[in-house]
Amino acid sequence: MLETLQAEFRKAAPAVDFCALRYVEESSEYLAVRQDVAEPPQLGTQRGVMVTVIDQGGLGYAATSDLSPAGMREAMARAHRYAKLTAGRSVVDYRTVAMPRPNGTYRSPVLKDPATLSRRDKYDLLAAESKSCRIDERIVDWEANLWSTDTHQAYFTADGGMVEQEFHFVVPNCSATAHANGETQTRTHAGRYNGFCRQGGLEILDAFGLEGSGRTVAEGALELLLSPNCPSGTMDVVLMPDQMMLQIHESIGHPLELDRILGDERNFAGTSFVTLDMFGKYRYGSELLNVTHDPTRPEQYASYGWDDDGLAAEKRFLIRAGILERPLGGTISQRRAGMEGVANTRACSWNRAPIDRMANLNIEPGKSTMDELIAAVDFGVMMRTNMSWSIDDSRNKFQFGCEWGRVIRKGKLAEVVKNPNYRGVSATFWRSLSGVGDESTFQVMGTPFCGKGEPSQSVRVGHASPACRFSNVDVFGGEG
Amino acid sequence: MRPYFEDLANFLESRVKPSEIIVSRLSAEDSDFIRFNKSVVRQATAVRQIGWTLTLVEGTRRIDASLTLSGHMAADREALSGLLETLRAGIADVPEDPFLLLETTAASSSSERRGALPDPSQVIDEVLAAGRGLDLVGFHASGPIYKGFSSSLGVRHWHAVENFGFSWCLYHDRDKAVKTTYAGTEWESHAFAGKMRFAQEQLGRLGEKPQTLKPGAYRAFIAPAAMTEILGMLSWAGFGLKSRNTKQSALIRMADQDARLSHLVTLRENTREGIASGFQGEGFVRPESVALVEEGRLSSPLVSPRSAREYGVPTNGANSGETPESLDLASGVLPEADALAALDTGLYVGNLWYLNFSDRSACRLTGMTRFASFWVEDGRIRAPLNVMRFDDTAYRILGDNLEALTRERDLVPDDNTYGERSTVSMRTPGALVRDFALTL
Repeated sequence: MLETLQAEFRKAAPAVDFCALRYVEESSEYLAVRQDVAEPPQLGTQRGVMVTVIDQGGLGYAATSDLSPAGMREAMARAHRYAKLTAGRSVVDYRTVAMPRPNGTYRSPVLKDPATLSRRDKYDLLAAESKSCRIDERIVDWEANLWSTDTHQAYFTADGGMVEQEFHFVVPNCSATAHANGETQTRTHAGRYNGFCRQGGLEILDAFGLEGSGRTVAEGALELLLSPNCPSGTMDVVLMPDQMMLQIHESIGHPLELDRILGDERNFAGTSFVTLDMFGKYRYGSELLNVTHDPTRPEQYASYGWDDDGLAAEKRFLIRAGILERPLGGTISQRRAGMEGVANTRACSWNRAPIDRMANLNIEPGKSTMDELIAAVDFGVMMRTNMSWSIDDSRNKFQFGCEWGRVIRKGKLAEVVKNPNYRGVSATFWRSLSGVGDESTFQVMGTPFCGKGEPSQSVRVGHASPACRFSNVDVFGGEG
Repeated sequence: MRPYFEDLANFLESRVKPSEIIVSRLSAEDSDFIRFNKSVVRQATAVRQIGWTLTLVEGTRRIDASLTLSGHMAADREALSGLLETLRAGIADVPEDPFLLLETTAASSSSERRGALPDPSQVIDEVLAAGRGLDLVGFHASGPIYKGFSSSLGVRHWHAVENFGFSWCLYHDRDKAVKTTYAGTEWESHAFAGKMRFAQEQLGRLGEKPQTLKPGAYRAFIAPAAMTEILGMLSWAGFGLKSRNTKQSALIRMADQDARLSHLVTLRENTREGIASGFQGEGFVRPESVALVEEGRLSSPLVSPRSAREYGVPTNGANSGETPESLDLASGVLPEADALAALDTGLYVGNLWYLNFSDRSACRLTGMTRFASFWVEDGRIRAPLNVMRFDDTAYRILGDNLEALTRERDLVPDDNTYGERSTVSMRTPGALVRDFALTL
């Protein structure tokens, strides 16, 4: 199939400054058991190509699900027409962008072959966790689900570049909701929006801890139901990795996207408080803050060998010892901004043009043990599992809510609290980072649903982080 | 596209076995997407896609699979035949589904709305000309959208629309901008030019020194574009039967504790006046209107076929997520022209952004002001606002603190294009509220 596609592409590619073809085939399976009832399986196969043409300084894209020679030719003609229409009327003369000519292959590491587990076996696993949620009449809803995706992607350039990449994604989840006396609380094993998502095979189910997760979330929901509201005030917080992932995502990842800084997203996703002149000197956080863009961590959700413009992936520091070093910008944005970035030009599928996205955006581990992080807190709250997030369009003023909190009093963990929320400002929050956990506190998380772009794109993103402590944070609880 | 859909559906249904039901759903589009930044083009993309979802039912077992197709009949017949056999091979491993419900009564419907859409070259010419000397950033989406449903039980629906949407911002500086939307089925150059002129007039107001407010409670006029964000939160997690029965609805206090919104608030799923198709994924026709909140009291939930079976009530044509697709907030009596005078002193909130729940059970929302939001004194705009966070419950914003809704309403199409172009829309007036709680 790929050989035929490549041959057709090379035969039909117009004589232009640059022409590329990106092929994506993605097969998915989503299984769920809710309240002990198996829901019908949802299967899907998406297959299509995106053509890129640069001609006379203009840039055009055309995508089609028609993979016939005629369909490919038509897509090339449409992309070429757009290139000509936008020549001399674009944000940059695209002829001046040195588009990569990559060669190579990438495959997700799979330790346990998914084919060894049948669909019926998977339903049985999910049914067992669903059943184990039923521990109390106050548990009013519960579900276990499993989402598996295989993606086969190829990228050809007319001048001989070729990359083939195969990805295997596994996303398990389990949740329970408890209700009594007008109060509802939900506990999930990794966030209600699939925070535990990785590349690999069935070993991911072991890492997630699927077995036993049903009872754990049910007990957690009941515990929250009986807990007091989170206290309010200015205090220290210790954020666990399943909340850190959203804190990193919203208040480091998005503001450092170079296309936002260049203004492309101002009509929808927003701008950034970060400006081009800040790179190399701006103190983003305390000296404890080290942030990397790392698409090379094998098991992480958004690892790859090359981005969707063919740029080879490498681990890069974005923030080192608190100082801002480089943005999240791919080949085209780097040319526009005149600065180095990373390999992060990505599209959600064949039918969208690539733009600057986070891939794996991680906080490097520090030196504190969990006990040391807690021991330094006189009064504060530990928070787990993101539930709510909101941030302004410059990615500065934010507010987050978590599923679970636990008061820290005089360096010791105390009572569990519900509805923990906190708010702050990105530009100052990271400077209040006062403790970074070591490897023992480090977890690899992510999200399948990072939304951005026009037309809209939801992409996979990975975030790995240790537990982190922040000082003097504005914390508050629910309505009561 | 319709003959193609019907031929393929007929082909599949001709292969149905006596013990089976075959359901086909088509979702296709041929779209032009053009992004602008700094008054020139950033990206232009054409997307031609055909998506087909095939459902096989045998007894109470159901399996669904979606596939992209080429548009060539022979190749697509072969692809769908192969998919059907795959589903047949797999259905024995699927547990029985006690909540399976499909439309079984033979019925058909058709709606087609043709448009006069502009060629991309015309859009680029007109937008670049209008944006000359300005900082314009925007997004144009245009082309036909097709939705089809067919089942071997004799149910067949078709919905086709040719439309466009162009939303753009004129930026003054940093985060200060005027956002405007021009959407419809016929592009009229003079209408676009008129909206552009109005936006430029507003842009002038952003040149004043911005005002930074302290956290506290303020009078506010929430313009229709901002209201869609608040109503969007209620849509996300408020109206479905499943969320109500599992106590996860953001409006659970209205369902269980007789909490109420203001008597001014009447909300409907108004399919008749929306853009979305009149049928849903299991083939049920949507009623023209479903009352969701009547004069502040919670009314009917949205009931998907699955929830209908699970909870033993009739479906009212809701989608599987039980979210409204044509939400309609009834108008009030405040003339829009008098809104600033009625506000007197407070915030004019042009847009809100990035809303989420800070306490879902209490329907407490948080979010940010965005774009052209202003400080108003004595009924006159005085200064643009620096962005502020609000954190308040819907029971206060649309309840005790709601003073008035405007007489005029805006139809706001959802311009999201995740996977495909949306056909969701909302119709809402603006709202005058007191003690709007700003927190950061």
